Order: sequence, then C-alpha cells, then structure tokens
Amino acid sequence: MLKRLGALRLAEYNLNELTMSSDSHNNQNNQDNSVGLVKPQQVVIEQPLKLACGVVLPSHKLVYETYGTLNKDRSNGILICHALSGDHHAAGHHEGETKTGWWDHYIGPGKPIDSNRFYIVSVNNIGSCFGSTGPTSENPETGKPYGADFPPLRARDWVASQRLLMQHLKIKCWAAVVGGSLGGMQAMRWSLEHPDELQHAVVIASSMKLTAQNIAFNEIARKAIKSDADFCDGNYLQHNKVPHNGLALARMIGHVTYLSDELMGQKFGRDLRSGDLLQGKTEPVEFQIESYLNYQGDKFSDFFDANSYILITKMLDYFDLAREYNHDPVAAFSHAKCKFLVVSFSSDWRFSPDRSQEITDALIAAGKNVSYIAIDSDHGHDAFLLPNERYQKALGGYLSKLADHVEGGS
Amino acid sequence: MNHKLDLIRPWIEPRSRVLDLGCGDGALLASLQEQLDVIGYGLEIDPDSISSCLEKGVNVIEQDLNKGLKNFADQSFDTVLMTQTLQALRYPHLVLDEILRIGSKCIVTFPNFGHWRTRAYLNFLGRMPVTKQLAYQWYDTPNIHFFTYDDFEALCKERNINILHREFMAQGVADKALKSVFPNLFTEIAVYHLSR
Repeated sequence: MLKRLGALRLAEYNLNELTMSSDSHNNQNNQDNSVGLVKPQQVVIEQPLKLACGVVLPSHKLVYETYGTLNKDRSNGILICHALSGDHHAAGHHEGETKTGWWDHYIGPGKPIDSNRFYIVSVNNIGSCFGSTGPTSENPETGKPYGADFPPLRARDWVASQRLLMQHLKIKCWAAVVGGSLGGMQAMRWSLEHPDELQHAVVIASSMKLTAQNIAFNEIARKAIKSDADFCDGNYLQHNKVPHNGLALARMIGHVTYLSDELMGQKFGRDLRSGDLLQGKTEPVEFQIESYLNYQGDKFSDFFDANSYILITKMLDYFDLAREYNHDPVAAFSHAKCKFLVVSFSSDWRFSPDRSQEITDALIAAGKNVSYIAIDSDHGHDAFLLPNERYQKALGGYLSKLADHVEGGS
Repeated sequence: MNHKLDLIRPWIEPRSRVLDLGCGDGALLASLQEQLDVIGYGLEIDPDSISSCLEKGVNVIEQDLNKGLKNFADQSFDTVLMTQTLQALRYPHLVLDEILRIGSKCIVTFPNFGHWRTRAYLNFLGRMPVTKQLAYQWYDTPNIHFFTYDDFEALCKERNINILHREFMAQGVADKALKSVFPNLFTEIAVYHLSR
C-alpha cells in the first residue's frame, strides 16, 4: 500500500483554489460546517464479483466513509462516486490531520449534500489504490501484488461493487447517486443497470462517452508511465521500484487539461519563480507554471499508483453509455426510472457543456425527468470540486427538495 | 397566474408532454404537474428563476431561446407554452415556426399594445407607454417588439397558423365588459391556442 504524503505546501504557491484538481485534496478546513472527524471503514465483500471482462473476483475489500445518519426506513442514502484519482475521503478530516476530503465544499451539515438530512456513503472503488482491492493488493493466486495483472475494469464493475456495499449497508434504494466526471458516468450507469434502486442521478461535468481528444490525452498519460524504466511492465512493486517520473508526467498532462487557459493566465501568467529574462543573464529561468506543475506531478506520484492510473484511464476511455443500446442514447435512457440533474461548467473543455447538453437532450427525448444547469466558471473541469455560489445554490436547492420528499415519508 | 392557468388548463391533456419556453420560477409548470400530471420541462436562463424551479422540483433546462431550439425534435411535445416572451425575442415569427415544429399545439400569450390605455399614453403624453403589463422604460425594456392583437391575427393568417382558441384577459370593469366586442382595444393580455 502506498503511503499518502501529508499536507501540501500550498501557501508557497498562494494558489489555494487551483490546487484542488479533479482528484486531489483540499486542505482548507471549513470547521464551521464540517462533518468533522471521520474514520474510514472497511468491508470484505465475500460474494464473488463477476467483472465485465469475465474475470471473477472471489472476494474484494472496500474502504468507505459515511457522513450523517441513516433514517429509520433507510431511504436517505446518497452514494458519492469518485472520479479518476479520487478516494473514499470526500468530507471531514482524519485523526491528526487538518486536510479535508476532496468534496468538503459540498458535503457537510447545511452544505448542498447535507449530512444533517442525508446518509452519505463515499467509497474507494476497486482498481484504485486507497485501500480497496486494486493493483497494489495481493493476488491470492500468486501471493504477489496484482500489478499489471489486475483485470481490466468498466464503470459497470464499479457500479456492481458499489451495489454489494449497498446491500451490506442494507439500503434498498439510494435517494441519489451523485458524481462528477467519471463519477457522473457511474451515476448514469446506475440509472440503467438498477433503475429501481435510485431515485435521483446527479451527473456533473460528465459525458456519455469520451471524445477522441479525451482518449488521446489519456493515452499520452499512459505512455508517459510506461516509458519510465522503473515501470518494469507494471510489476514495479515486485522490484521495489516506483515509476515516479512517468506518473508525475502523466499527472502534469492531466492537470493542464483539467484547468482552463484563462485561469492559468490569471494565476500564473508569465511570472517567474526564479531567474531573470534580461539579456546577459545566464542562470536558468523557471516560470511559476513550470514549478507549479512539477510540484503537482511529484506530489501526485507520491500517493497514487501507476497501474491504477492506467487501469482507470482505460475505464474512462471504454465507457460508452449507449453502446449496448444500438448506440442510441434515447433508447439507453428509456430504461432509467430516476430523475436527473445534469450540471456543466462553461470553461470545462475535457467534459464540455456540449456533452452535458447531449445527455440532457437524450433524457428529454426519452421522456425522463431532467434539469440541466450550465454554470459559468473559469476553473475548467476542476470547477465541479470548487466553491461556486450558483452551483452550490442549485445543487443544494435540488437536493433539499429531495430531502423534503424523503422526510415526508415515501 | 391562477387566472391564466384556469384559461389554458382545458387546452392541455392530462399526462401530456409540455414544454414551457421562458418558464420563470416554474409556478405554472408546477401547477400543471400537480393538477394534470403532465411531463413538463421549462426553458429558462435567469439563474434565480432556475434555482426556484429546482427547489420546486420542476424540470428546468438552462437554454437561451434566442440561440434556437434545434435540439428539440419535430413534434416531440403535445403543447409548447410561451407566456409573455414573444415580444422579447429577436425574431418572434421564426420562433413561432419553431414552436409549431416542436409541439403539435402551442399556447402563446403576449401583452396587447393596442389596449386603449397604451394608445392613450402614447397619444396624449407623447411618450412610450409604461403600464402594468409593460413596466419598463423604452431604453431598458426586454420587450423589443410591440404588437397588437390585430397584428398577431394578421401574422397567423400570413403564416398559415390555425387559431384553435383565443382568450382575452383584462382587469378593469369596463375592459372586462368590452374585451370580447373590441378585443384590440380592451384586451391587456392576449392568450392564443395555436396549431399548424
């Protein structure tokens, strides 16, 4: 198990809001309305899980956190689906740490996903690297870490595993399944695979399938990892090595695409961190953006697993909501029974508003209940994690109506 | 609003598909959902109105009418509603065509610029009318087209639009008494049920 490093040296960059990239952590501790101290829980699911690829995981471990209280009729559960490099720690803080979870701005008492009203379940999914069964876990057949041999995954495998956790928690129907990016893909898949087991799907900054450009960025990231000599064909742990540089490079590429040109211009511009561009100077020059990106890459590769990164980016690439429905999104969504909220952000160019509009149009054509909000933001794809007054109000308003309904006894 | 709902409710089938263009805070759709169990969607661009819709549990889609409605398929709705919006659009006649492409029927309401009070305002004061229905100064009004009941009737004829029903709304005692006889003079808000 890779060890996560401590709090970031954000102050050094004075870039607090920028550093909360899609999958990294926020270190601002909102004590006023935080869920406070949380302790991760874990469960070993003994029921065999047949994956989409045909491989069966005889059992698997899931690490998860919960916030709020499950009501008497177990109807106020909200499942949080994380994205590429997210984990179970979505809100509050762990013992001895001040750093809060990756969605602390949105989960907590009185926050849009209100822990006073909902029982919120946030799980680290299989194939990831924060304690749930994944490439760094021991393969029971070999006694060694799975490494590159961990079976390929699809979003539906995460849904199937989440459903086993749901059964463990004795929840029959989620009040809502909520996720951004890859998390939104899981929410949509939930609505098609288990239409009677969720009342609402909240699909944020997501897409029914990745574009060629999106797949291209993911492949560059994977190539960066595999090009690192320490990658050892994915079996680096057995050789006591880590493809640190390759993973850092992969993250740098991803990170740039999660931000917008505008924001990078505002925050970094052409500012120098060291050196001087005056003629006659010979010392090397470092732009702030170079320093920032290198720092982000290094930090990320200290806590994330390279095989997980490869596995989950492929999972993103392979996702195609309507593939098995004759490539017809309307036919696909005709299977859904829940209500939908779709959210996009104006400067998000990896999961652009057009993709969210496509989801919305298909849902309308399928006659499903859907609302769509297009939030103005210059934070790119990462906007879904960051404070934004309108986004908070809209999501909070939507979920408070749901909470009223749940509490009204249904 | 309730008065308006009473007017149009008989024109909307229970459990039918309704698209409300410029749905505001969603109150009309919420009533239609509650009373007729319609599958309704509202289009809106004002953030506060959108939030109100979400809080009411009304389906609201953030979309600017002026950028077109191409994402909606032909005849995909039973009724398309547009209340007090036509006069604020860049090309009302084209939007009207679009509405009748998307919906098999449509309901349109607009403020009648031919009402005697607006006529008198312009005639005697020599200034653009500022009334309850047209509550803006000429420079900040969202209403960029002023037209009358008679103008709209002519447009429908020109573009082969069938008028299924027309209703006239007015508040004053005299207006109420005379609106059916002289609609262009005594109607404050005209309500039309149209098809192609």
